[in-house]
This record gives sequence, structure tokens and C-alpha cells, in this order.
Amino acid sequence: MEKVWQEPGDSRRHLLMERSVAGRVGCSLPGLDVPEQPMPSAGLLREELRLPEVTEPEVVRYFTLLSQLNFSVDTHFYPLGSCTMKYNPKVGEAVASLPGFAQLHPRQPDATTQGALELMHRLQTSLADITGMTGVSLAPMAGAHGELAGTLMVRAYHHSRGEAHRKKVLVPDSAHGTNPASAAMGGFHVVAIPSDRQGNMDLEALRKEATADLAGMMFTLPNTLGLFDPNVAEICDIVHQAGGMVYCDGANMNALLGRVKLGELGFDVAHLNLHKTFSTPHGGGGPGAGPVCAGPTLSPFLPSPVVLKEGSRHKLGRPPKSIGKLGGFHGNFGVLVRALAYISLLGGQGMREISLNAVINANYLLSRLKDVYHLPYDRRCMHEVVLCARNQRAVGVKGLDVAKRLLDYGFHAPTMYFPLIVEEALMVEPTETESRETLDAFIQALREIDREARENPDLVRGAPHSTPISRLDEATAARHPDLRWRAQEQ
Amino acid sequence: MTTPSDRRYTREHEWVLLENGGRALAGITHHAQDQLGDIVYLDLPKPGTPLKQSQKLGEVESVKAVSDIYSPVSGEVVEVNAEVVAHPEVVNQDPYGRGWLLRVAISDRAELEGLLSADEYDHLVAKQGH
Repeated sequence: MEKVWQEPGDSRRHLLMERSVAGRVGCSLPGLDVPEQPMPSAGLLREELRLPEVTEPEVVRYFTLLSQLNFSVDTHFYPLGSCTMKYNPKVGEAVASLPGFAQLHPRQPDATTQGALELMHRLQTSLADITGMTGVSLAPMAGAHGELAGTLMVRAYHHSRGEAHRKKVLVPDSAHGTNPASAAMGGFHVVAIPSDRQGNMDLEALRKEATADLAGMMFTLPNTLGLFDPNVAEICDIVHQAGGMVYCDGANMNALLGRVKLGELGFDVAHLNLHKTFSTPHGGGGPGAGPVCAGPTLSPFLPSPVVLKEGSRHKLGRPPKSIGKLGGFHGNFGVLVRALAYISLLGGQGMREISLNAVINANYLLSRLKDVYHLPYDRRCMHEVVLCARNQRAVGVKGLDVAKRLLDYGFHAPTMYFPLIVEEALMVEPTETESRETLDAFIQALREIDREARENPDLVRGAPHSTPISRLDEATAARHPDLRWRAQEQ
Repeated sequence: MTTPSDRRYTREHEWVLLENGGRALAGITHHAQDQLGDIVYLDLPKPGTPLKQSQKLGEVESVKAVSDIYSPVSGEVVEVNAEVVAHPEVVNQDPYGRGWLLRVAISDRAELEGLLSADEYDHLVAKQGH
């Protein structure tokens, strides 16, 4: 990465507060043109308001330099596993910024928002088609929010049948970490199902837990090892026969688009991460959208609102046994606009090409790296590959060090130490939007780092060397967090 | 680091060391702290909390992950090691000594028989391929 923060005579980056010079101002106020009034009593005012005293160009320069420190999909390859950091076409931004969408108010009467409601209805229909489900609610505002909606729907379903004793939810140990958390938030007791040696769910362990208190299962597909469990239909059958519902965490849908219909596999409810799979710039906390899609059994329980179409009119409605609202209004509307734009732009064939290229790219990395980085489950992967730095650890270089060294080569680090069932895990998700040349450069960098680990391990252990700040002391930062600027006492 | 032979071990990488008067110290093993990396936070039960063998007693958070700690014995918490709560890095530095976590009043001494010896624990770690 280029060193962008270079200012004359300035060896460290000063915060705006530290650039303050007493009496300096950044704007000129017009002269007083009204009669002067006495100030309110001193008790109402603070003695002094600590604001940085800087000029306008200093402010502009400060924030411009700060913005140049951004590391993003728009500047670099960002293979952060499980996060689907693909390129988001700018047309999505253009469409979402149209005043007719951007300036709507959620309290406007339905009659004045027919276009927006139609957009939501078309998106519901498209997502139902993509997942093979019957009903969709766009209300959840993030992936885990969609998971919570799903667990509450499963609970409401069992309660409606007088089976409130069903309290157990099974979660494979290769699931997203939010799955057990969402089940617990839904009031369930979580039991982990181990993976077998191939990285699939252990069916024997599953059968033992398929008991009369089973409420359901939360299943990440492909799982966090980047693997498609070939027993998925049988797993759904086992859970159904015990009276449970099967939830699909669809956050990894990039691997399945246009290939697999979740409803046909046997899933009863699923969420999609629109911000990941359907193109909204994400990371750093949002905004997101996690629509929840349900089959015929659970559709009556979907959260409200859903958009209904009556003749040529659209209106907001509530499914008959709805779990109710999840937020104030209609979800994160701007993300919904981008998602429909993306789906419309690509069409059915485009959807199929996303999953095709996402899977090919991950397998290309797998096959070009597995002789150097240990591959714990040696089989074809889906949209992401989980490697491990076991060979490097043997010479004293950890997965963390490999990840930090990648920054020097101009790549974002992969997800590290996840999934937890793989030691020294490096979880790489290249996505479909990267070229062969980028992938080759990344492969070259990882192979080079392996060589460095053997020949000059301190170089790797001390990385990164070329970023604006070098290796952070994460342990001290976590043990003694220092989270805000404080005035130096003179 | 040698695994001390004066105490017993769990398959989940905790240790328990019998003291006088039906009390014992409990902690996590060298292998556990090595796998976790730099430990930054410990969530431990207060004195007076009942413990059940093999049940979760608390959590250890490192820069890598949050992991559960399981109780090696049944009994009641008598004392929490204030030093490791204030300075979790002590668990990394001295897992078998100053880095102990809890002092426990043991309710069933026979439970210790079911735990692993130092040799058996070393064998388990070697078999897990680390």
C-alpha cells in the first residue's frame, strides 16, 4: 500500500483536536445586524466548549487524508471470508439516489408511494423465486435480524400447535456464529452437532438429538468450511420427522444463486443478506437487509409488513399469524432498491454466472495453494476456501502473521481463526468479481509469504511494514482500551 | 513446558490441583493458553457460586476467540484470583502457577479419579495433532 499520510515535519498523525491553535477560525461570521442582547446567566452556559480551532483548508486536508486511508473493495482485493466483499456496481448507487426513492418518507400515505411499494413487491416475488419459497418479508434490517425473525416464527409455529415444549434447536459446529445466538435470543436451548471427517454434519449425532423436544435446526449452507453438505435433503427429513423446522442461513447464497432452490431442498425458512449477495456496499456496520423467506408452513408467521398486491394497487399488509413488526417502518429501503436493480440488471442467467464464477474462483485458489497451505478438508469447495497455516506455524509463523503480511502485498487479510473447528484458519472468499490476474497476484503473494516464513520469519512476524501504522498491539488494546481523545493537562 | 504431575486434567484443557482441607485450585493448561493466544478478558463466577463437574463455569476471551471454561470438579467457588482478572496476561505467562483462576471447595473428591493424569493429558494433546 502506498504511504499516503506524509506531511512535512509530521512524523505521527495528529488528531484534529491536536492541530488546534487558540484563536484560529475557519469561517467568518457576518457583522451584527440586530440589537445586542444580554447573555443568559452564566449557569446556563459552559465555561468553555472544547472545539478544534482550525482553518477551513486544514479541516479539508485532514478529512481528505483520512479518507485516503480507507481500504475498500473500490481500491483493493478484499477476500474476507464469510463476508462476500464483492464489487458493487455503481448503477445501484445511482438508482438508490433517485429523488423518488431517496426522498420518500415512510409515513406517506400508500396512495403516494405506489412506485416504492411496487418495487418492494417485485423484490419479494424475485426473492421467493430465487429461494423457491412461498412468502417473503423484507422487514429484517440485517442478517442476524432475519435469523431472529426466523427463530421467532418457528417458536410461534410450535406454540400455535400447542407444542410449546419444543425448546431445543440444533446448530452444527460449522454454522455461522450468529446461528446459536439467534436461537438463544428466540428462547431456545441450543445443542451443537459436530462435523464428521469430511466436514459434513455427523448424521449419527443428529439422529440422537432428533427427539420430541426438538423445535428445529439452524443450518448454514454452504457451511463455514465453504462446503456443501450433500446430505442436506436427508438432514431436513430427519428434523421434519421429529416435528422440527429447518432454518437455512442464506448468508452464503453467493455460492448457490440460480443453482439451488432452498425450498425444494426441504428448508422451511431462510434469510438472505441483500447487502452481501445482492450488492450494497457493506462492512463497518451497515446498512443491511436480511429478508426472511418461508415455505408454506411458516409463511403465515412472517413478520409484518409485507407488501400485498390487489389488482394494480399495492399496500402494506400483515400475514395472518404474523410475529409482528421488527422495526419502526419497512426495513432499509435503500438496500432493497439496490437489490432489485442488481437482480434486474443480471437476470436469471446472470444469477447463475455469479455462483459459477464465485465457486470457480475459490476452487482456483484452493488448487493453487493447497501444496503450501494445509487444506483441512481436501475436497472441492464452494464460494470460499478454508486453508490453515499449520505448516507455517511449525516454523514459528502464525496465521495472524501471514494475514498481516498480506497487507504489505496490498491485499486485505482473509478472515482468521474462523471457523473455530479449524486451527490457524485462513478463510478466503474471492467472490465472482475478481479477474484471473488479481487471483494470480494473490496466490503469488501467499506463496511468497510462505517462503519468507521459512527464510526470514521475523519479516512476517513483524508485518505489516508498509501500512500507515504497523502491527497493533491488539492484546493491550483489548486489555486497556483507550477509546477517545482526552485533553492533555498542561 | 512440562505438564506438572501434581494435578489432574480435563479433556477440555482445564487443570485442578488439590490443596489442604478439601479445597482445590483450578486453571487452564499451557496448551489451552497457547492455542488461545493473548488472553484479554476472563469472565469468572463469584465466590459462593455452585459448580458442577463438566458444566460451563465461565469464559476466556483472547484476541482470537471467546471460549468456554468447564468446571473440572463439582463444588463451590471460594475465591477468584484477583490478579488474573486485573491482568489476564498472567494466565499466558504462568498458567500452572500465578495464573490459577478459581479456588474451589470440592464436594466430591472421587470425581478427581475420572480426570486425566499429566501423562494421559500430554498423550491427548499429542493425539490431537498440535
